[in-house]
Amino acid sequence: MKRHATRRVFAAAAALTLLAACGSDTDDASSDDGQEWYVQADFDEQNEQRDATFEGDPATPWLQYIDGEMTDTAAFASAGAKKVCFANASVSNPWRQTGFLTMQQQLVVLQEQGAISEMETRDAQDDDNTQIADIDYFISEGNCDAFIISPNSTAAITPAVERACETGKPVVVFDRGVETDCATTFIHPIGGYAWGIDTAEFLVDNLEEGDKVIALRILPGVDVLETRWAAAEKIFEDNGIETEDHFTGGDPAEIKKIMSDALVQGDVDGVWMDAGDGAVAAIEAFEDAGADYPVMTGEDEMSFLRKWEETGLTGLAPVYSNFQWRTPLLAVQMIFAGQPVPAEWVLPQTPITEDQRAEFLEANEGLPDGHYAKFGGEDLPGFPQVWIDRKVG
Amino acid sequence: MSAATARRRILGAGPSSTVIVYLVLLAVVVVGAILTATADRNFFSGGNVAAILTATSILGLVAIGQTLVILVGSLDLSVPYVVSLASIIGGTTMAGEASNILPAVLLTLAVSAAIGLVSGLVVSQLHVHGFIATLGVGLIVSGYLGTNYQGSSGSAPKAFRALDEAKVGPVPVSVLIMLGLAALVLLLLSRTRIGHHMYAVGGSPDVARLSGLRTSPPVILAHVLCSVMAGVAGLLLLSRLSVGSPTIGSQGGYDLLSIAAVVLGGTLLAGGRGGVVGTLGGVAIFAVMDNTMGALEVNPFLKDVVRGVIIIAAVAVYARRNLQVRPARFDRSVADAPAGSTPPAQEVR
Amino acid sequence: MSTTTRPASDAGERRGLPAHSRSLGARLAAGAATPGGAVYVLVVVLLVSIIISNPNFGEPGALIRFAGRTAPIAIAAMGQYYVIVSGEFDLSMGAVVTTQVVIAGNLAGDDSGQVVPVLVLMLVVGALIGLVNGLLTTLLRVPSFIVTLGTMLALFGLLRYVAGVAPAGNPVDEFREIGRGGFEDVPVVEVVPYPLIIVVVLATLAAFSMRRPFGRSLVAVGDNPEAARLGGTSVWWVKTRAFIISSLSATVAGIILVGYAGGRAVGQGYEFSAITAVVVGGVLLGGGRGWVLSAAAGAYALELLFVLLTVLDVPSTWRDSVQGLIIIVAVAASARVWQVGRRSGAPPPTSEPDSSTPTPPTPGTHQGEQP
Repeated sequence: MKRHATRRVFAAAAALTLLAACGSDTDDASSDDGQEWYVQADFDEQNEQRDATFEGDPATPWLQYIDGEMTDTAAFASAGAKKVCFANASVSNPWRQTGFLTMQQQLVVLQEQGAISEMETRDAQDDDNTQIADIDYFISEGNCDAFIISPNSTAAITPAVERACETGKPVVVFDRGVETDCATTFIHPIGGYAWGIDTAEFLVDNLEEGDKVIALRILPGVDVLETRWAAAEKIFEDNGIETEDHFTGGDPAEIKKIMSDALVQGDVDGVWMDAGDGAVAAIEAFEDAGADYPVMTGEDEMSFLRKWEETGLTGLAPVYSNFQWRTPLLAVQMIFAGQPVPAEWVLPQTPITEDQRAEFLEANEGLPDGHYAKFGGEDLPGFPQVWIDRKVG
Repeated sequence: MSAATARRRILGAGPSSTVIVYLVLLAVVVVGAILTATADRNFFSGGNVAAILTATSILGLVAIGQTLVILVGSLDLSVPYVVSLASIIGGTTMAGEASNILPAVLLTLAVSAAIGLVSGLVVSQLHVHGFIATLGVGLIVSGYLGTNYQGSSGSAPKAFRALDEAKVGPVPVSVLIMLGLAALVLLLLSRTRIGHHMYAVGGSPDVARLSGLRTSPPVILAHVLCSVMAGVAGLLLLSRLSVGSPTIGSQGGYDLLSIAAVVLGGTLLAGGRGGVVGTLGGVAIFAVMDNTMGALEVNPFLKDVVRGVIIIAAVAVYARRNLQVRPARFDRSVADAPAGSTPPAQEVR
Repeated sequence: MSTTTRPASDAGERRGLPAHSRSLGARLAAGAATPGGAVYVLVVVLLVSIIISNPNFGEPGALIRFAGRTAPIAIAAMGQYYVIVSGEFDLSMGAVVTTQVVIAGNLAGDDSGQVVPVLVLMLVVGALIGLVNGLLTTLLRVPSFIVTLGTMLALFGLLRYVAGVAPAGNPVDEFREIGRGGFEDVPVVEVVPYPLIIVVVLATLAAFSMRRPFGRSLVAVGDNPEAARLGGTSVWWVKTRAFIISSLSATVAGIILVGYAGGRAVGQGYEFSAITAVVVGGVLLGGGRGWVLSAAAGAYALELLFVLLTVLDVPSTWRDSVQGLIIIVAVAASARVWQVGRRSGAPPPTSEPDSSTPTPPTPGTHQGEQP
């Protein structure tokens, strides 16, 4: 018996050492990666774009763009209703769901105009591998006249987008980008760095050096979210703001626990979020602990706007423009009409400030908490009932 | 006796349960083909068949490994993280250079095997249940990935990416790799001593031990091979994505899906009976179902409902069949098992 | 925590240790040396470490709030305990929590008159899901791991299809009061959160139920279903009740959580947290061993561990790793204790020639027993 036990302990020790070895072994390699992640050039570019002049009517921000290179689409010009194939990353969060509802209503309009016959949608359920298969399926089986792709992640979907481009048909990429410029147009709001700059500068302006900010992040390893934090963290560092970051999975219960613990440990002066999910829970933690409200940045989700108004805290609602979901189908219409489209179609991305809040609350009255104020679909058929019922597909 | 029992289990019970799996697959194909036709599509077109086959490759690899672990009575919940880690290690080691492919593949597989070895040791030596051991190991790897990789990393050279695009006739090479490894595992289970021991240990560890069998090696080997399979899956994903991704394994939900595929393939979740042929059938059932629902543009949320219902329904069908063989096996197992050591019910199925 | 004295008496009752004749101190020591008892030591060690690292956590008000907010996971862990000790798994727990949160948010949105009817509806839905899980497992003989995986997928999918990915909003304040409020103006601790009272009441009921015939049959079924069946226990009904209790506990957790935090994405992964808590509480996966209050203590230990990681400023990205390591170590330690206990414990519950099973049985994997 005794020998058995010794051997077991030995084996366990060996196992744990191995684990430890794995851990430390790869540590060195990783520090480089961390550095690579923050790209100063992208930061500077997006910082500039925040103040850029946008072409087009501000009443239809989904058609605005920053002046730049245009793609000549004369070769695509042709009459008749076209079939569009849409490879969607997912509809698994309220932001994407709101956007997809808007897109479907935009489709109704274009179908009535006779520009588009149908849109076939495949949903990758947040999986790169599935989305690659979806795109390949469209290429071989879809009888598509044009492709719209909302990539699940940037680098991984690049080869599949290239294959779509090789068909010679128009390819519209939106939201997250890809590492190729073969697409006819790439539609996106300014980006994650701009989000980070808007929010971090707001907090810096309203806080003092040495103040403490809790950063609530959803998940590690997701590039669109990582850039938001990379930019914000740099600005906090430069301005002597103390930060503490946590991953919450977007779970409000987790967020509230984290905030409660932070409040027990000491004062919290600011709250930064990489997405507005669960912002209300964070605010409630201050209420329950009897602490003063923090300076806070959330998102243009209705739940945050409502709570913000109710509490009167000093806040900002950064926006990752949800109205971009209208643009791809309109771009397809333009492409088949032979109108030039921007090669990189940068849409405005402006935070909602306290002064503008009332206006957005009124415009979206009666819509559910998970709705996004800057969804841009007020003039589409079915408003507001479609966005209240929230039936996808 | 144990080896004899094992053989009886493979030869006696294997075919009939596998036949049912493939009958279910046939039914799913027929229904799928009809439904696909209603959407004005051809289920049997070259592109569609290739799409279905490709869909089986990654889940297939993970499920083959999962089959081994389940056969010995354990579970592996760490596979998604091993898949992600493998794609990252492969991608960063290759760093876009064709000359690095071989070392990268070897390193990836070695690290995967080491993770499996750790899980296997924790399960067999520390007597930690496979559920907790692999959940814990998975969390450890996940923390490492989250700390060190903020997004996709590394890159696969063109030569390695060609692996994903290559086809032999209509069959993608990735599927051939998966089938080749499945054949090796089939040989391992049916022709080697340790393969028979896997069945014996999974069927009843106490009986296996009492008949003079060392119970640890099969358990450890199963965990090592399962991790290696997940590593191969990670490398295939690397060739498809062209970059390593720290979340690709979790995105696919390969832990629970692979377990479901194994059980859908007729392997007993408690261990001791089943095999890779059935598992391949289970994976194919999933692939055909997903393909059909995709062609019909089924709401993504309803897809999950259908998957959930099919999993339960299919396994219920197998359970019915097992019910009928119950009495005969019941008598024998009671005679075999030392009273109290193993709940006879474990022996009975 | 008044529950710390329970494990010893529990141990004496159920495992037949010769503990009744000894002094309280000896019984406590004997209890602490079992996996179900060791978790209480773990709770105390973690608590002391936290307070040493940051004395603010030692304030009575902070402690009581912590105890209150941990109630839902502790309740879920107790529910999961019933299923695990009977030899099964419940993976549908997280989906049940989310379902209930959405029902509360969508049906009790702005009318306080709806609170009671909606609560009743939620409990009925919870019981139904448990019943379905139980019957599919026992009557259709599908392993509970697969049944509850299937119901998890189906519930999440159905919920999102019918209601979208987020509830329309939070339920009315009266409803949220259950999870967010408490008795105010209590001396010393300021406030006694309602969730804390709920968990104490449920823990008392749970401890009581495990001493009733139902509790004994449950453990017997998990230890050796065939023997239990031959002994006249209605195995299918005992297990089905365990599933109903598990779903109801997830429902109660959902009711508290929607009050505590509200919003969306509550409950995802709850099943894994609950199972981990149960196992850290020294309950054997595979059934037949462990105490229900230790499962709740396991939940408190886990949550304390998370707090400690925060207090110690462990980088957020490394927390998964530390958690994984600690789970393995805790369970490995308790696996050893069970073995030693079973070898040296006076009358072993079953006559085992050698209990050092290399692969412990996989719970929830065997087909349900014959009705």
